[in-house]
Amino acid sequence: MAETLAVTDNLDALESEAIHIFREVAGEFDRPVILFSGGKDSTLLLHLAIKAFWPAPVPFALLHVDTGHNFPEVIEFRDKVVAEHGLRLEVAHVQEWIDDGRLQERPDGTRNPLQTVPLLDSITAHKFDAVFGGGRRDEERARAKERIFSLRNAFGQWEPRRQRPELWNLYNGRHRPGEHVRVFPLSNWTELDVWHYIERETIELPQIYYAHQREVYLRDGMWLAEGPWGGPRDGEALISKTVRYRTVGDGSCTGAVESTAATIADVIAEVAASRLTERGATRADDRMSEAAMEDRKREGYF
Amino acid sequence: MSQLLRLATAGSVDDGKSTLVGRLLYDTKSVLADTLDAVHRASADRGLSTPDLSLLVDGLRSEREQGITIDVAYRYFATPKRSFVLADTPGHVQYTRNTVTGASTAQLGVLLVDARNGVVEQTRRHAAVLALLGVPQLVLAVNKIDLVGYDEPTYRRIAKEFTAHATELGYPESNVVTIPVSALVGDNVVDRSDQTPWYDGPTLLEHLENVPVHADAEDAPFRFPVQYVIRPRTAEFPDYRGYAGQIAAGQISVGDEVVVLPSGIATTVTGIDSPHGPKQTAESGESVTLLLGNDVDISRGDLIAAAAAPPRVSDEFDATLCWLGDKPLRPGARVLVKHGARTVQALVTQLRSRFDEQTLSSVDEPESLSLNDIGRVVLRSAEPLPIDDYADSRRTGAFLVIDPADGSTLAGGLVGAPLSQLDQPEISEADPAAQDLVSPGP
Repeated sequence: MAETLAVTDNLDALESEAIHIFREVAGEFDRPVILFSGGKDSTLLLHLAIKAFWPAPVPFALLHVDTGHNFPEVIEFRDKVVAEHGLRLEVAHVQEWIDDGRLQERPDGTRNPLQTVPLLDSITAHKFDAVFGGGRRDEERARAKERIFSLRNAFGQWEPRRQRPELWNLYNGRHRPGEHVRVFPLSNWTELDVWHYIERETIELPQIYYAHQREVYLRDGMWLAEGPWGGPRDGEALISKTVRYRTVGDGSCTGAVESTAATIADVIAEVAASRLTERGATRADDRMSEAAMEDRKREGYF
Repeated sequence: MSQLLRLATAGSVDDGKSTLVGRLLYDTKSVLADTLDAVHRASADRGLSTPDLSLLVDGLRSEREQGITIDVAYRYFATPKRSFVLADTPGHVQYTRNTVTGASTAQLGVLLVDARNGVVEQTRRHAAVLALLGVPQLVLAVNKIDLVGYDEPTYRRIAKEFTAHATELGYPESNVVTIPVSALVGDNVVDRSDQTPWYDGPTLLEHLENVPVHADAEDAPFRFPVQYVIRPRTAEFPDYRGYAGQIAAGQISVGDEVVVLPSGIATTVTGIDSPHGPKQTAESGESVTLLLGNDVDISRGDLIAAAAAPPRVSDEFDATLCWLGDKPLRPGARVLVKHGARTVQALVTQLRSRFDEQTLSSVDEPESLSLNDIGRVVLRSAEPLPIDDYADSRRTGAFLVIDPADGSTLAGGLVGAPLSQLDQPEISEADPAAQDLVSPGP
């Protein structure tokens, strides 16, 4: 019988797989970039990339598509991490695309869907040929079929039927000029795996992932914070609550959850007992339609 | 700490595979409230009175419209004991490529049959593909046992027939388990059924939690494809030169003698750097960085192997291809082969035989291989490759065939002739079980 691998510990196996993926991209692509927002998944990505190339520096640039609606704590954390590791961060500001007319603000004020064009423009301008994202297959049903190496055409589009079969641990990154490959080293991690690993490695995260006092208002069943994205509207009262964030996307559609989880261990206990998936609970834009994620991937969003 | 088990499911669309996977997720509390709400809503929209658990796993809009599954979907569930990565592969004949994909990384395969129909041709085909891909453990879920009135003799007959087929394929009986289940009702998937008092084996989940996750590979010779050379050239590490990769087979310790292929240069391992610092010993599956004794010229694509048991280095070899491309393969095709971390040009010099899935027999010297065909070929590569037989090493015996024109993946390749059955003369359809398709080895 052909042997199977000796590493059986869950986190060790996932870590080893992610490091293998980073090294494979470094060996096969000319200009890889890591999408880095300062959020939990991209912080984990960077942590694994640093391990993959230690003691040499990470051979990739970082890119953040900044909606202008980010939480200030996360942006501060992002810049601190970049400085600590001496990395190069490119920021594409959605506001610039709105100012010069390439994008239009949506009536609902949500900017998450507006990230696609600045992302593709940045990929083209910098000639990035591999783009690392923190996407996980457990996040949403349409992602269950996502490849680890996901081919995108010159328009950033993902076509389910053009995706290549992925066998063993052999990844095919070949692409034509103008095309690029999105790479998801955390594909096989679950939210709980991510937190267990953060605990094991004592990885620092923005404080808003842990319980804190915040003025929030209720909209569409989510607790939203005040910010440059507007709100509260008439009839939406601000209330002081103890909350934390499970994801830290665009402030206009990322909701806080009521929580007293102040430590990693508290968060793990909460996630393990949770009755809501991380995206469904806190991202209004994923709830737009049953096939929302699939539609967005087709247009080049993650 | 929990262990990780990778499994693949295979079975035909009508056998209720999506419902079985949905049931595993549902009964292990791996489905969360909002996902469940969406399923309840979608089920109600279709006029169903109970939630359709298959909706938990059928993700793409086009599939939901057609009510079928068109691609491999990866699903995650966990118990306190183990975490599971489940590759859910569609069962249609024309989607053999997905079964091959899911099976390539699986440590266990779950096959489904409908208790009313028993073992059908497709069950044999799927089992053959799992055997070919070296999946060490098999489970047969005899589904819809409620629809045959929980009849023990029916179950026993199916179990006996399947076990006989699996042993024909080279599986030891200890690695084949059959379980009577009803995915729809939930019998013996996660919770033990009180309708099957005559069955005293494990539920499906109990078996998944307890099956051995790795065959002891201590005697497998060390194999290490070099992915990347780490040279910091920093003030702190001016002379560091490490060879980064993931151990494909065997284990390595500081002081071990190794050989670098294809050059054949011998050297010694002087250090092992891991994600958790320096180590004395590392084993298969670990991503590490090796430091070597002398300053040899090594680059991405080389293979570092045990000096005492190196692989053969060859530029012409027999292989079995699982053809995944839309365009058929004909003799003389120019392709790229990706083996380990090396990609080389290659020529398909001969098509020796095609495995006919319909008859489970082989056709000699076919004109071509088409989508979902499995066949034996001879390949000649532009540079010599350090190869093992797939039967001996699932990682260094595997390769991809890539289209040089558009970069698409055309085939999964297995070095050697694991389909030994193809060497035999054609077997009559009347006795499809009387054949030895593959020998997964001891």
